[in-house]
Amino acid sequence: MQLSNRKKVIEQKPMTFSERIYFPAIIRGLRITLRHFFKKIPTVKYPEEIRPYSKNFRGQHSLKRDEDGRERCTACGLCALSCPAEAITMTAAERKKGEEHLYREEKYASVYEINMLRCIFCGLCEEACPKEAIYLDGPHVTADYLRKDFIYGKDKLVEPTFDITKLKS
Amino acid sequence: MAEAEDVKFKVTIDGIPVEVAPGTTILNAARQIGGDIVPPAMCYYSKLEGSGGKCRTCLVKVSKGSEKDPRPMPKLVASCRTTVMDGMEVQNITSPEVVEARKGVVEILLINHPLDCPVCDQAGECKLQDLGYEHGSADTRYEFDRRTFEQIDLGDKIQLHMNRCILCYRCVYVANQLTDQRVHGILGRGDHSEISTYIENIIDNDFSGNVIDVCPVGALTDKTFRFKNRVWFTKPVDAHRDCPTCSGKVTLWYKGEEVIRVTARKDEFGEVEEFICNTCRFDQKKTSDWILDEPTEIDSQSVISANHYELFNPPKVVKENPILQQQNREQLARTEKLK
Repeated sequence: MQLSNRKKVIEQKPMTFSERIYFPAIIRGLRITLRHFFKKIPTVKYPEEIRPYSKNFRGQHSLKRDEDGRERCTACGLCALSCPAEAITMTAAERKKGEEHLYREEKYASVYEINMLRCIFCGLCEEACPKEAIYLDGPHVTADYLRKDFIYGKDKLVEPTFDITKLKS
Repeated sequence: MAEAEDVKFKVTIDGIPVEVAPGTTILNAARQIGGDIVPPAMCYYSKLEGSGGKCRTCLVKVSKGSEKDPRPMPKLVASCRTTVMDGMEVQNITSPEVVEARKGVVEILLINHPLDCPVCDQAGECKLQDLGYEHGSADTRYEFDRRTFEQIDLGDKIQLHMNRCILCYRCVYVANQLTDQRVHGILGRGDHSEISTYIENIIDNDFSGNVIDVCPVGALTDKTFRFKNRVWFTKPVDAHRDCPTCSGKVTLWYKGEEVIRVTARKDEFGEVEEFICNTCRFDQKKTSDWILDEPTEIDSQSVISANHYELFNPPKVVKENPILQQQNREQLARTEKLK
């Protein structure tokens, strides 16, 4: 079938002498290879070397703390509801007396798990969160050997406590 | 008398005519039509005598009083307490005045209501949440501290959060009309009024759990369900059992295989169909205690429908392969050993 009138007939000719000895072609090929030795390498040795990221890059989730170092998450379940990949599960618990310095609200997430194999890093959980508790501001989620190791619990997700007084010393 | 029964009043609500018996309220006439034109009600409860007239969310405009006296009513009226007249013309959502007034009512209801929906167990089936979403504005103009109360213990079954209460009086009517003795009520006046028992008393009788179902907000919630799960992750299933004290017709709320909550069945207006006893509500939480009827019908607009299904056992998505499962287990064991 012909779509346009432009048509080029390719003709095959026997090889010339210079082609038959292969040498000029090999030299041309080596020249290209040699030229690439002096070119800038586009690959980056992640994670030792990190490229500049876009401001709105979405990486691993982190569960935030408030200014007093208390967990912001109140296990309302809106992130899990909004999650299109159904990657988030949680179990809520009631804050006991004496735990006010650990959790911001009356209710908190005792278990909070994200299945990183399911997660598509769309950021809808971030948008849904009424408490500004979850942000996808971490690095890339790294590779691992077992599927079960991709279920990140609170130990990996909750951001470490930040003590400003220790920062000075 | 037979003649009186035949008399039907013709009412027009938002241009839709309906014929109702004399003595029907405008709200109930609108409910007979159904759909969008039904005024919302926070305090009125058709199963509770004397309820209504407190929250003012059901305000409507009567543009024509009756056939005999066609003058409009001078002010907006509470449709749950105003009975219909023959030839009455009512405007609900078609009147901008009503929409504006309802917005104001929602704002007033929300003045002291804490914004703790992420914590509240009622979230997802809360009438005030729906009302605020439909009629309210996103911001508040109120600059002062919200009114707060100290926690009152009502026993191990019912949890009272007085901060969330909108003083609809439904729970008081439930205790009056369903049980032989009422131990809770409204104490104080005006801004200080609160639902409480006098002095610290436990609400405990066969039908006390119904205050949870009638509460339009999260002021009275099930303590056995407290923080167990969010309603939209649970799956409601209608079930029944032979109960000596009540009808035994309930809705079971499943999370996986487990019944985590039992409530009475609710109709499209959020009112319970039949009140249930505390044994059904709090003590029978095993599937073997019940005869399952069908998955509860859920409004597709409701957040609960996010997890809803129409069949008891939905068809499997992935075909089960025992050989693959065995190989996966072996591989896991091998990798664990190497660690």
